[in-house]
Parts: sequence; structure tokens; C-alpha cells
Amino acid sequence: MPLYEIFRLLWWAILGVLLIGIAVMDGFDLGTAILLPLVGRSDTDRRILINTVGPVWEGNQVWLILGGGAIFAAFPPLYAVAFSGFYLAMLLLLCALILRPVGFKFRSKLPGARWRGAWDAALFVGGLVPALVFGVAFGNALQGVPFRFDAMLRMTWAGSLIGLFNPFALLCGLVSVAMIVMHGAAWLGCKTEGALRRRVRQAGAIAGAALIVLFIVGGIWATQIDFYLLGTFAGTAAPSNPLHKEVTRATGALLHNYGVVPWSMGAPLLALGGALVAVRLLRAGQRPGLAFAASSAAIAGVIATAGISLFPFMLPSSLDPASGLTLWDASSSLTTLIVMTIATGVFLPLILAYTAWVYHILRGPVTEDDIARDPHTAY
Amino acid sequence: MDVVALSRLQFGLTAMYHFLFVPLTLGLSVLLAIMEGVYVTTGRPVWRDMVRFWGMLFGINFAMGVATGITMEFQFGTNWAYYAHYVGDIFGAPLAIEGLMAFFLEATFIGLFFFGWDRLSRVQHLLVTCLVALGTNLSALWILIANGWMQYPVGARFNLATMRMEVTDFSAVLLNPVAQAKFVHTVSAGYVTGAMFVMSISAWYLLRGRNRGLAVRSITVAASFGLAAALSVVVLGDESGYTVGQNQKMKIAAIEAMWRTEAAPASFTLIGLPDQATHVTHAAIRIPWVLGLIATRSLDGRVEGIEQLVSDATARIRSGMVAYAALLALRGTPHDAAAAAVFDAHVGDLGYALLLRRYTPNVTDATEAQIQAAAWDTVPPIAPLFWTFRIMVALGFYFIALFATVFWQASARRLERHRRLLRLMLWSLPLPWIAAELGWYVAEGGRQPWTIDGVLPTFLSASSVPATDVVLSLIGFVVFYSALAAVELYLMLRTIRRGPEGMALPPAASPAPIAALRPAE
Ligand code: HDD
Ligand code: HEM
Ligand code: HEM
Repeated sequence: MPLYEIFRLLWWAILGVLLIGIAVMDGFDLGTAILLPLVGRSDTDRRILINTVGPVWEGNQVWLILGGGAIFAAFPPLYAVAFSGFYLAMLLLLCALILRPVGFKFRSKLPGARWRGAWDAALFVGGLVPALVFGVAFGNALQGVPFRFDAMLRMTWAGSLIGLFNPFALLCGLVSVAMIVMHGAAWLGCKTEGALRRRVRQAGAIAGAALIVLFIVGGIWATQIDFYLLGTFAGTAAPSNPLHKEVTRATGALLHNYGVVPWSMGAPLLALGGALVAVRLLRAGQRPGLAFAASSAAIAGVIATAGISLFPFMLPSSLDPASGLTLWDASSSLTTLIVMTIATGVFLPLILAYTAWVYHILRGPVTEDDIARDPHTAY
Repeated sequence: MDVVALSRLQFGLTAMYHFLFVPLTLGLSVLLAIMEGVYVTTGRPVWRDMVRFWGMLFGINFAMGVATGITMEFQFGTNWAYYAHYVGDIFGAPLAIEGLMAFFLEATFIGLFFFGWDRLSRVQHLLVTCLVALGTNLSALWILIANGWMQYPVGARFNLATMRMEVTDFSAVLLNPVAQAKFVHTVSAGYVTGAMFVMSISAWYLLRGRNRGLAVRSITVAASFGLAAALSVVVLGDESGYTVGQNQKMKIAAIEAMWRTEAAPASFTLIGLPDQATHVTHAAIRIPWVLGLIATRSLDGRVEGIEQLVSDATARIRSGMVAYAALLALRGTPHDAAAAAVFDAHVGDLGYALLLRRYTPNVTDATEAQIQAAAWDTVPPIAPLFWTFRIMVALGFYFIALFATVFWQASARRLERHRRLLRLMLWSLPLPWIAAELGWYVAEGGRQPWTIDGVLPTFLSASSVPATDVVLSLIGFVVFYSALAAVELYLMLRTIRRGPEGMALPPAASPAPIAALRPAE
């Protein structure tokens, strides 16, 4: 295999790992924020919920920032098309993401019930909107989005904000929300106690069951929608230029790869299996750590399913299929991919190591005592 | 307004807003590490209280820094999509590495900074604080490597096959002298900001006659740190001036309102009223030789004037047109060796040809008048640059004087008697922010009309999005950011007014009552 092809594949995989990292790490605090008004009955409850993620959400959010940065560095055209094409959706996402840091930090600084109620609402929105928008974005990618390039590779986009929220994309949005809520509950199952924990587990089991149903519905629906097949193209090691290929459209093509490589069915099976185990453990209230692991596995399965269904596309175009972006024609130069691989190889293990240390220091549930003891440092 | 103007306005405003929080994070994180270092070595609880009190303000500011930083990262894609495509191969990497190396560090450990007091030993907690400070400073390094490359795009080349710039020498991008000068200057500016913040608020406590112990100690630390930082800002500001003089001749000529090349060494215009229409600076007060010395570090180096540089630009535009014509030819017949040779010879000026796109979409058919107009477009707005630069520099010298005076009075333990000095300290609070924002205006405004100097004009960099979308997002940002600013300011002032007592710190000696924890103090 040519070197360029290997590195492109590697970065396609790393991007998948980063997306899973975002959903697993940032996902549980998004889920916690969504659960905040649903299971937190008193102010103390809510403060316990917030403080389970209080010391770690900032680090988690960097997964998201890194995800954006990695797309920019490794697949610049994808970054350019997705971010500018989904312009208003991105701004919606951005506003929600801005609410979170300030919400966490500011909420408990003043005692008033209205102040705190307002920030609870802000945190709820800050959790729900990103979860929904991510799913909707994937839902659109799975159908192709309306853009084309001119000869200078300037992109024009023919879509609208409303158009993004079409039925299939909304279904994907709901899959994402259900997944994130289940995952938040799995986290809280490890970090809370007593009645609060019971309510959290119930909510998580419901969300997990919803995830299973919605995911299956999505799979059936996918057989009915149009997708794209890559015809002749410049080659897996050719310079990145999305204009040199032929693409055909076919109903059910989303499932094409599973026929070619049967073991790729492992991804959707992992999603379903992980969710099933998580639901059972949450309902039974046993092995919270394992429930969290199962929920993480389900997330990995869902994202891998999306990635494999799209492969080799990253963002197909519905307006001009030949303009669609694949990993073979939307990557950075080989040099940049190599530099980025070295940087990731050095820093990602370090990050995982010190993150693990921090979680180790902060282990154990958050209790009412913790909140009462240090009213000004705790959120 | 069109999409480009709107996007510039939005990017400029959001960047300025982000940079309200950044310098304070940079400066306070280091000051916190210093204060905690003193606490760990002396074991005196007042130093721990100082760390926790200033740390609380740091936390409020940090949250806003993070919230506004995400906006910046998004905007390269949302608003500058062609830019992202055109230079993403080079520019994306430092941004991603910043995430890997710096953001993870600062963001992971800042949680422990606040929540780890009872769970870590003293030395461990100090280590955590130092790692946060290291993370913030590394983040400044990487973003300024990215920004330095925009000012001085080394180590990259245009690739015909992909229609974009691609990296040829990554180490040149990393070791870019402009990025280094910028890094030290900007980080020092952050330290000045942090020092001023601590000093001004402490002065307010002294004026109120409260929190003496904390205030006096804080002022001593802040004034000495601030003095060193202010000296470094000025010395390294000079270094910035030198690297700009080497690489962005138009920017330095604009800052100095140097209309025409003078015999070396050029004189420095202290103040005056530049007039962009007639190319004269009215009421100028000039100091002989100084500009030549700053910009070239010699007595015989020439500093070129604007008119000279515009005629240079004309030549580069013509050369760029040749490259552009070859590019079009090669698109039709990729294996045309003659055209490829022509393209290779002129590709360095391709960016100058792109300036013509504003006047004629075809570029190669530009008229003489259009070429002249495009060449004059390379001159940024003179008067605003001239003035913002001078105010920044004046503030730099003022900071040195102020920190030196305070340091001297504090060493002599006479601070509290000088109420006027205390008031001056208090009222100087906003000045570092003003200097830093003006500095960014000089750096970014002075780069116009380019986003990547000499490579990609700003007007081509923008996304193809409807102007109404950008209007909507701009209004959204203004409303949303103003509301957040009000909340943040309110919380800051409230925290300051209540002071360290308001934090109800647990007594320094009491061990943490939670099981499964490390011993506290
Ligand atoms: C010289 C310093 C400097 C400059 C010029 C910028 N930033 Fe910044 N940024 C920081 C210094 C910094 C910091 C000190 O690291 C921050 C500020 C406060 C904070 O919490 O971290 C930060 C936060 C911050 C964050 C959140 C990081 C986190 O979650 O920890 C992002 C995504 C960005 N920035 C991105 C940008 C982009 C895309 C910029 C270019 C326009 C930019 N920043 C300019
Ligand atoms: C946080 C500190 C910064 C401030 C206050 C700042 C300020 C500004 C301002 C005022 C403009 C508009 C200039 C004009 O239109 O005349 C601008 C433009 C721009 N800046 Fe910065 N900037 C900052 C940092 C950066 C960094 C670190 C980068 C890149 C890494 C960057 C990239 C850009 C880009 C791409 C534009 C495009 C728009 C244009 O050129 O008008 N900026 N900035
Ligand atoms: C004698 C004093 C000073 C001199 C000679 C000086 C010089 C300069 C120069 C030449 C630039 C433009 C660099 C470029 O275009 O790339 C600049 C930018 C800047 N200045 Fe200053 N400066 C001084 C004082 C200050 C002070 C006191 C502050 C803030 C506390 C400050 C903050 C900045 C910032 C944030 C930038 C933008 C980042 C950069 O380009 O480095 N400067 N300064």
C-alpha cells in the first residue's frame, strides 16, 4: 500500500476514535445536564448532579475542541464545507456550548432560586442542543448534503437550516439524544447515591431502551434512502482534489459496505449489545462501572456504524455527487498527516494517563455532605 | 455590508472579546503558581488564602476564556471556509497540536485546582497549579505559531493539483521568527495584565483599609512580577518591531506613516496627523535616526516608504498574472512542461494576482488602472495604525514607571501612606487590556488586505454563506456576549467586594472529613 493511503486510512480511523472520545467523555456531562431538571428535584440534588461533572467537564470539552482541530488539520475541505455549510446549525451549537462553561461556573455563585433556575434551564439547553445537532449532522451526512465546488475549489451550498432538520436526520438526532442521556445516567449511576441514584437509573434505562428501538428503526429506514457509490477516481494516493471522480446514486447504498465486508456488521451489533447490557444493569442497579463501560461500547458501536456506512465518503454531496468528499480526496498532504500522527502518538497517551490520574483522585460518589461542606468551591 | 465585511467585523469583535479574558488567564495562572510556591515553602496560611482568593477570580475569568475560545475555533470554518481550504494543510496542524498539548493540560488540571485542595498533598496541588500555568502558556505558543504564519508564511508552497497551499518544511513553520517574537511579546503582555489586576484590586483594599495582609503581600508579588513583565513587553515589543520591519515592510511603513523612502537612517515620527489621501503627515514631530535603528538595527539599513512599496507591489502583481495565466493553461493541459516552468518561476507572486479578483474575475485581462488600484489596496489604513501603535507604546513605558514606583514604595513599606499612588494603581486597571487590544489591532489591521500576508487576500478568504446568516450570527453574538459580559462583571465585582472573607474558607488546619482521601494539609 502506498504510504499516503495508509496515513489517510489511519486518520479516518483516528477521527473515528476522536468522535467516540467526544461522545464518551463529553457525552456524559451533556447527558448529566439534560438529566438535571428531569431527575434533580431539590437544589441539593441538582448541585450533586452538577458537582459529579464539576471538576472534569472542562477537560472533557477539550475532546470536542480537539475533534474540530483534528478535522481542520487532517481533512481541511471537510472542515471548510461542514462548518460553513451548516452555518446556522453550527452557531446554534456554539451558543449551547458557550452556555455550559458559564452555567457550571456561575450557577452556584448566587443563592437565589430564580438565578439558579435560569442556569438550570441554560445547562439543560447546553446539553440537549449539542446532542441533537450532532445526531442531525450525521443524519444529513448519511443522506448527502447540497454543495458543489468550482474549479478553484470554492464551495457553494444550496441548503437551508430547516432543510437540515428533515425526518431521517431528526431520527438520527433522537438516536444521539437517547444515547447521550443513557450515557449520562450510566455516569451518574457511579457518582450518586440513594433516591437520586434510583431516579437516574430509571431514566437511563428508558433512554437506553429508546436508543435500541430508534437505532433499529434507523437501520430499516436506511435501506430505503438514496446514498452514493464511488466509481472511478484518481486513486487512494492521489493529491487531494475532490473533483476527479465519478459517483453514482443508489437506493440502499448505505448498507453496501456491510455486504462487502461482513464482519463490519460488528459495529451495529456492538451498538445494540452495549445498549442492551447497559439497560439491564441500570434497571437492576448492579455493577455501575460495567454499565458505564457497556454504554461507552454502545456509543462506539453507533459512531462506527455511521462511519462504516459512509465509507469511503466523509461528506457526500447530494447536489453534485462528484463533489462529495471522500477520505481519498479531502485529506491534508502526506507531510501534515505524518506530523499530526507523531503529535498524536506522543500526546494522546500522555493525555489518557493524566486524565486517568485525575479521575482516580476524584473517585467516589458526590454526597450531600460534600456539597454542604464547602459551599463556595463546589459548584 | 457584504459577507466579507460582516465576517471581518464578527471575527474582529469575537477575537477582541476572547482576548479580554486570555491575558488575565495567562498572567494570573503564573501569579497563582508563584503565590502557591511561597505557600508551600513557607507554610504560612495567608499565602494559601491568597491563592484561593485570586484563584476564585481566575476561575470566573477562565470559564469565559473557554466559552469565547470555542467561538474562535469554529469561525475559521464557518466564516473563513475558503481560507480553511486554502491554508488548512499548514494552519490546521498548530491548532490541533494546541488542543493536544495545551488545552488538555490546562482544562484537565483546572478541575483539580479547584476541587483538589482536600484531596492532594501541598506539593501535589502546587504541581497541579504549575501544570495549569504551563498549559495556558503553551496554548499561547501554538496559537501564535499559527498567527505568526499568517504574518510571515514560511515553509509552504502552492500545489496546483490540490489548488491550495501545502507545507514543505514544517520546522520552518515552527521556528518562524515572527511567531517567536509574537509569543514572547504577547505572553508578557498577559503577565502585565495579571499583575495589574492583582495590584489594582489590592490597592482598592488598602484604600478601604481592609484585608491588609493579603493586599500588601499581593502587591509586592504583583509589582515585582509586573515590572519584569513590563520590561520584557517593551524590549520584546522592540523585537516585534524588528521582525515586522524585516518581513512586513508595508506594515511598518503604515505604522510609521512613512510615505516615501528616506535616506538611512530613517527618522521616527513621534506624533502627527497622517493623511492617506495626500500622502503627508501634518504637524509631525520627528526624531532623527530612531526608526532606522528600530527597524533595521543599523545606521545604513533603508526603511522603505509606502510609495516605493506600492510600486514593488505593482511588479509583483504583473508577475502573479503570469503565474495565474500559466495556472489556467495547466488546468487545460496538465503536462505542458513550458507552462509548468513559467508557473514555477512566478508562483511566489500568485497571491498578488489574486488581489485583482476584486476588479476582474479573470485576472489575466486586468487593465493598467486595475493593476494600479490593486497595488494601492496593499496599503492598510494608516491613521488608525499610526495612533493605536503609539498609544500601545506609550502605555508600555507608563507600565514600567508605575510598576517600578510601586515596587520601590512597597519595598520601603510606605505604600499605605501614598493614597494618591494607590488611587493611580486602582485607575490603571483597564490600561493593559487597552494596550493589548490595540496591539492586536496593529498586528491584524496592519496585515490587511491579506489574511495570509502576500498569499491570500482577505476578501477571498470568506465562506460562501448568505449575508443574512452572518448578520444573524453577528447580532446573536453581540446580544449573547453582552449579556455574558454583564453577568461576568457582576460576579467579579461581587467576589472582589466580599473579599477573601466572603469565601468562608474552611479553617486551614481542619482535615477533610471525607473517607478515602489523602491527608490534607
Ligand atoms: C495569546 C494567547 C491566545 C490567543 C491569541 C488566542 N487564545 Fe484562545 N485561549 C488562550 C490563549 C489564546 C488561553 C489562555 O489558553 C485560553 C483563554 C482563557 C482560557 O481559559 O484558555 C484560551 C481558550 C481557548 C479555547 C478553549 C480551550 C479550553 O477549553 O481550554 C479555544 C478553543 C481557543 N482558545 C481557541 C482560540 C483560537 C481559535 C484563537 C485564534 C483566533 C485564539 N484562541 C486566540
Ligand atoms: C485574540 C487575539 C486577537 C485579536 C484581538 C484579533 C483581532 C483581529 C481583528 C481586529 C481583525 C480584523 C482586522 C480587520 O478587519 O481590519 C482580525 C482578523 C483576523 N484575524 Fe485576528 N486577532 C486575534 C488573534 C488571531 C489569531 C491568533 C489568529 C490566527 C491564528 C487570527 C486570525 C485572524 C483572521 C483569519 C482574520 C481574518 C479577517 C481579517 O483579516 O479581517 N487572529 N483579528
Ligand atoms: C514600547 C512598547 C511596545 C512596543 C515597541 C510594541 C510593539 C509592538 C509591535 C511592533 C506589534 C505588532 C507586531 C506584529 O504586527 O506582528 C505589537 C503587537 C502587540 N502588542 Fe505591543 N508593543 C509595546 C507595548 C505593548 C504593551 C504594553 C502591551 C500590552 C500590555 C502590548 C501588547 C501587544 C499585543 C497583545 C500585540 C499583538 C500580538 C503581537 O503581534 O505580538 N504591547 N506590539
